[in-house]
Amino acid sequence: MMRIKFHQSLDELKEKLLVMAGMAEQAIQRAIEAYRVRDASICNLVLRSEPSINRLEREIDQMALDLLAMEQPMAIDLRFILAVIHINADLERVGDQAVNIAVRVREMEAFSSIDLPVDIPRLAELAAAMVRKALQSFIEADAEMAATVLTMDDQVDKMNEAAFYALSSLIREQPELTPQALNALIVARNLERVGDHATNIAEDVIFWVQGKDVRHHVPTDAS
Amino acid sequence: MGVGIEVKNLNAWYGQTHSLVDINLTMPANHATALIGPSGCGKSTFVRCLNRMHETNPIARATGSVRMGDIDVYKDASPVEIRRRIGMVFQRPNPFPTMSIYDNVASGLKLNGFNNRKILDEVVERSLRGAALWDEVKDDLRKKSGASLSGGQQQRLCIARALAVEPEVLLMDEPASALDPVSTSKIEDLIFNLKSQYTIVIVTHNMQQAARVAENTGFFLNGRMIEYDSTDKIFTNPTDKRTEDYITGRFG
Repeated sequence: MMRIKFHQSLDELKEKLLVMAGMAEQAIQRAIEAYRVRDASICNLVLRSEPSINRLEREIDQMALDLLAMEQPMAIDLRFILAVIHINADLERVGDQAVNIAVRVREMEAFSSIDLPVDIPRLAELAAAMVRKALQSFIEADAEMAATVLTMDDQVDKMNEAAFYALSSLIREQPELTPQALNALIVARNLERVGDHATNIAEDVIFWVQGKDVRHHVPTDAS
Repeated sequence: MGVGIEVKNLNAWYGQTHSLVDINLTMPANHATALIGPSGCGKSTFVRCLNRMHETNPIARATGSVRMGDIDVYKDASPVEIRRRIGMVFQRPNPFPTMSIYDNVASGLKLNGFNNRKILDEVVERSLRGAALWDEVKDDLRKKSGASLSGGQQQRLCIARALAVEPEVLLMDEPASALDPVSTSKIEDLIFNLKSQYTIVIVTHNMQQAARVAENTGFFLNGRMIEYDSTDKIFTNPTDKRTEDYITGRFG
């Protein structure tokens, strides 16, 4: 009962998810670059990529659903398909966060550029690195690499928290900078959410490879 | 009520072929245990060792211990007594073709010299109800032969025949592999209901079926039991790579 066609379909599903991953990763990197150089034309690229990401999300879900219904997978194959469904949703939301950042950058064009007391580029670099590493762990089926992503999230959370306090103080002390500070606050929050999605992806890789559910810091066996 | 089965160091041979190697396994009472594995892996030989059918083949032999409840299957009772206490249902329904439905169910008791008509009537009805067949055949008990029923009904008739002698354990060797999906579903529902009264051991090639009906599953390969665990563990995250490769269709 070798299931050659089924395993070819699993490979196709993985390839399709990697295309989705490439698009989501490109969207978030473009959004970060748009923020860094304040370039509305890059924002437009991000906004234009969203429908393709959404379309691919639906295609991947349909393919996964078909495989569940037609092939009734088990064990590592079942865990793989469940992980793909979860990762697919997280990638689509990474794309949404990229769009949110692009919208903020376009809004910021109306205000003068100022130096803010937060290191958004550093936060962006960390969040993007988490996504990259989580996806690499998926490509290599490497649960140990995925586990390192989970530890990076604490750092992103702390930077987001620090940004909140620094920008709150700025708004109190210099209310005329409120629009710029609020936009930066929202971008920091968007990047923190990107880190959360990378964490989810890494947790799904661990579930797929090892059968362990490590979500919410409560490790349990898949069964 | 069903009784638990405890197998220790069971080895079996057909001539020079060592077909079961050091099997150790405990199957709890009133549970269904599924045995899976590729053809020729030893799972059918294993169930035939449980009720001493293995030894009916002149070139076959077995060593080790099989305990069913308080008794040692190989020391404390005759093969006939063991086969009364451990009923068996086979892959292809095998009703006695010329006997009526009633006589098929009553045959085991009649063979043992039991002829009280009133009690036989009660046993036949109880067994057919237990096998979820009563409502479909109650008006034709003596008019129709076992062979006149559909494949799924014949299999349930065979289950009723097995239940009539009041066993404690039911062995099922691919009981639904020759049946259509509706009949298969009825047999699976039946297994679910029978668990409250019997201990069930089911050999199956259909892994979804094992997942649906059994609390525990054992994977056999080349005469050895590779892994035995709760069914959900076996089918979501088996410990042994060979189990995973088999159930995901990477070999077999």
